[in-house]
Amino acid sequence: MKYETVIGLEVHAQLLTVSKIFCGCSTKFGQAPNENTCPICTGFPGVLPVLNKKVVEFAIRAGLATHCEIARSSCLARKNYFYPDLPKGYQISQYELPICINGYIDITVNEIVKRIRLTRIHIEEDAGKNIHDLRSDSSLVDLNRAGIPLLEIVSEPDIRSAKEAGTYLRTLRSILQYLDICDGNMEEGSFRCDANVSVRPEGTTALGTKVELKNLNSFKAVEKAIEFEIRRHVETVSDGGKLVQETRLWDPDREETRSMRTKEFAHDYRYFPDPDLLPVVIDDEWIDEIRTSLPELPGTRRARLMCQYDIPAYDAELLTSRKDIADYFESALKIHRNPKAIANWITGDLFRLLKERKLDEKLYITDWPVQPDNLSAMIALIDQDKISGKIAKKVFDAMSESGRSPQEIVAEKGLEQVSDSESIEESINQVLAAFPKQVSDFRAGNQKVLGFLVGQIMKATQGKANPQKANEILKRKLAEEN
Amino acid sequence: MKLTREEVQRVASLARLRFTSEDEERLSKQLDNILRYMEKLNQLDTSRIEPFTHAANTKTPMREDAITNEPNADALLANAPAQENHFFQVPKIIE
Amino acid sequence: MNLAEFTLHEAREKLRRREFSAQELTEAVFRRISETEEKLHSYITLSRDTALREAKQADELLKTDTSPHSLLGIPIAVKDNFLTSGIRTTCASKFLETFVPPYDSTTIKKLRAGGAVIIGKTNLDEFAMGSSAENSAFFVTRNPWATDRVPGGSSGGSAAAVAADQCIVGLGTDTGGSVRQPAAFCGIVGLKPTYGRVSRYGIIAFASSMDQVGPMTKDVEDCALMLEALAGHDPADSTSANLPALQYSASLTGDVKGLRIGIPKEYFVSGIQPAVQQAVRDAVRQLEKNGATIIDISLPHTDYAVAVYYIVATAEASSNLARYDGMRYGYRAGARDLTETYALSRAEGFGPEVKRRIMLGTYTLSAGYYDAYYLKAQKVRTLIKKDFDEAFKSCDAIIAPTAPTTAFKIGEKTQDPLQMYLSDIYTISVNLAGLPALSLPCGFDSEGLPIGMQIIGKHFDESTVLAIAYAYEQSTDWVKRKPDL
Repeated sequence: MKYETVIGLEVHAQLLTVSKIFCGCSTKFGQAPNENTCPICTGFPGVLPVLNKKVVEFAIRAGLATHCEIARSSCLARKNYFYPDLPKGYQISQYELPICINGYIDITVNEIVKRIRLTRIHIEEDAGKNIHDLRSDSSLVDLNRAGIPLLEIVSEPDIRSAKEAGTYLRTLRSILQYLDICDGNMEEGSFRCDANVSVRPEGTTALGTKVELKNLNSFKAVEKAIEFEIRRHVETVSDGGKLVQETRLWDPDREETRSMRTKEFAHDYRYFPDPDLLPVVIDDEWIDEIRTSLPELPGTRRARLMCQYDIPAYDAELLTSRKDIADYFESALKIHRNPKAIANWITGDLFRLLKERKLDEKLYITDWPVQPDNLSAMIALIDQDKISGKIAKKVFDAMSESGRSPQEIVAEKGLEQVSDSESIEESINQVLAAFPKQVSDFRAGNQKVLGFLVGQIMKATQGKANPQKANEILKRKLAEEN
Repeated sequence: MKLTREEVQRVASLARLRFTSEDEERLSKQLDNILRYMEKLNQLDTSRIEPFTHAANTKTPMREDAITNEPNADALLANAPAQENHFFQVPKIIE
Repeated sequence: MNLAEFTLHEAREKLRRREFSAQELTEAVFRRISETEEKLHSYITLSRDTALREAKQADELLKTDTSPHSLLGIPIAVKDNFLTSGIRTTCASKFLETFVPPYDSTTIKKLRAGGAVIIGKTNLDEFAMGSSAENSAFFVTRNPWATDRVPGGSSGGSAAAVAADQCIVGLGTDTGGSVRQPAAFCGIVGLKPTYGRVSRYGIIAFASSMDQVGPMTKDVEDCALMLEALAGHDPADSTSANLPALQYSASLTGDVKGLRIGIPKEYFVSGIQPAVQQAVRDAVRQLEKNGATIIDISLPHTDYAVAVYYIVATAEASSNLARYDGMRYGYRAGARDLTETYALSRAEGFGPEVKRRIMLGTYTLSAGYYDAYYLKAQKVRTLIKKDFDEAFKSCDAIIAPTAPTTAFKIGEKTQDPLQMYLSDIYTISVNLAGLPALSLPCGFDSEGLPIGMQIIGKHFDESTVLAIAYAYEQSTDWVKRKPDL
């Protein structure tokens, strides 16, 4: 019996606003405990919430980018439950009338485009953080995170494999990053995912028992957890067993999911419209304003780069995986138009450098080790035959140390390629004279020794000889002297 | 009786309240009495009526995204039953 | 003359003319308190040192300020559900018995900025839930007119303090009648402004869609002056109306000619004390003499108001009171684990009425019951509001009794919570619809207990309400009578 997996994903994305959703506290990460708090976000008596306009704007951006219907009037609701990291004893969220509904994201898996529908996107506030005390009888609560704005993005159960799930998450994250509304850092918790997984016999439409997976702290964890769950479901069902509808936590050390200790009763959140807040009213004008100022999204940009610059899909994918990289690429192209070469240098040497210097951990890099115009100028020098590819590597390294232009470095270090036939011929003559044995070996039929001779020529010219020219002249000389 | 003891216990649990057995009994009766009184609302046909909304404002005001708060953790922690190094200290949370 | 006996408009005038100082006025109030508190128990906390300091500052300002704020140097009694920075705010609950807030409510901030002198925090029904001040965790305030009777609730402490001259003006809050009913029971003036007229920021929330701050005063002119000082938009309160405050005292002309006053027939049915009915009808006749036109109106859904109120208000309250969990402030019980800490802190910290309402509210919001109770109630609420909209097409204000009876005896209504709820019948609809309403004295019963008449106005038309109240007040002598303490 073959089984089909049905997966829905729920993402919580922390929004990059300056202040919290309902109060004027800072959202800055990494402050001392309870530093970014006030009576409002800590649920003191008598306080009232006031909605941050930017949060709504970001939600509209996300909705437009994912082809959602934007509700002209949506409702903020209270979700009531008790937990020490939830200061008011309720979370202000959205329930019946969310801000965005019925959208979709197109993902590409194995070169096939698939549409994953979005049920809804809504805004809500984050809870604080519980930390376990060294003592065994208490926990510590830090409410800096309480009140940080979140977008909850819920997909329809259109996802059919762990791979699709991973692709969906990466695509969604990329969109949010391009929109400048979320930095998508899963490890730091600004981009969180819960998965709902079930299986059913292939060809059927009824949904199987659904299991919710939590504690998925990386894309890898999501994929592994889903795979584990699929196996577990299929095994259980094949053996005639019954699955329990429950929440399970992913254990990254044991690489398995475990049942969460079930509560005595199912959660009854008693949602009702928050009487301290009125409907969130959005007019067409505002939506149009936001629509016209939307940045080009990753998918669109990728297609355009492929088309405009004739670069392969694989490269385009890498270049648009981050907005700052894509911006870098197009900046460089303004100086010198060699898309293939620029792409190669970016995805090769630049990526390596970023990783080495841990610069790839930033959301949007501005202090590049090698500025795009310098990289481009360097490639121009190669294309003008002024330096060889090998010399360029030296120039690149030098630029990343000093930040100076390639022209300056080439001039300073005298790295300019020698293309003048006369001086090359002179160096070649010297080399041929110095290595008679190799010359006769070549003439005797040993082609391999050519490489050695070329090497010696490069050595003699401090690597500056134009390799093509040198090769050409060497071959001519070897052929003619007899 | 409309409201059972189990119901009262379920609601008490949701509300994080605890009652003695006698109080539970008494509360059961009182709440039941009150809820029965509420039934009179069913005499009215509200199928075409919208739930109440306020006259004062029709839409929620929104504020600019700016930091307007000056941190003052000490003031907020001053009333805490227990604190440690600027954290609120609470009974252990078992995940 | 005991300085504490002055009204706000009198005291303000005399302070300006330096007939006495703000400090002398404050001292007089404290003297009065020490003479009468044993009998009344109006105050939970007295802030004598702060008050004298504020009075001293006021005196400094009075020397130089040519047009001082109307409340400069004026001693105020503040209901203990207003957050006052540095002054203990208990909400008459064991849960907050030692809570000292680090910030002021917007109203207090405004008054402090105007130089008002905060005498102390007055008693109330715990978390403003009640109609008698008997639900306070600490003590029952006594009605100054008869100390074996309740002052009304939930703003019982402020009402008693105003009636007994333990302050010049008082502040209360009104969610289902909590300013108007104690005002009626204690023979003073109490106003509930239109919902959204005064900021709710810093008022310990009970029912968010109904709570409003209300002045409690010795006469109507004081009430108008207080409203001028309190009304206005507050960006910290999303439900606050974006309308400027008006000069309400300017509407006190005494002229009601041509005003149409509606008398709702549903408010004069059985259950009302005959003396109350008589006094209100007499008052209406007086206004007719003054030139107002009296017409009969109907508010057909009146009978459903109590049910609607006790579903919606308790639902909102059950959620608003979830923050009292013993984690960040307030009472924390000693317990073994988290669940027990929550349960015991709340069980021990809250009184029976509060717990009862939390249970009711939690029940009506819970899964399976939301549509039948909360949603239904909110729809009937619309019907109740429509009743008023309809009525106001043919009249400018509505007059009714404030309460069906005069002040009842302490302990008389505590047996059956539903009976207590039903006594709110005349005030509750007003909160449901968000309208302004005022109560002022219109007579006394045979026991010498005050009777209150309620004037209900259109949204944001406090001016008409105050105008009618003033005209009536000036035609009678009720305002001159004081309790014999």
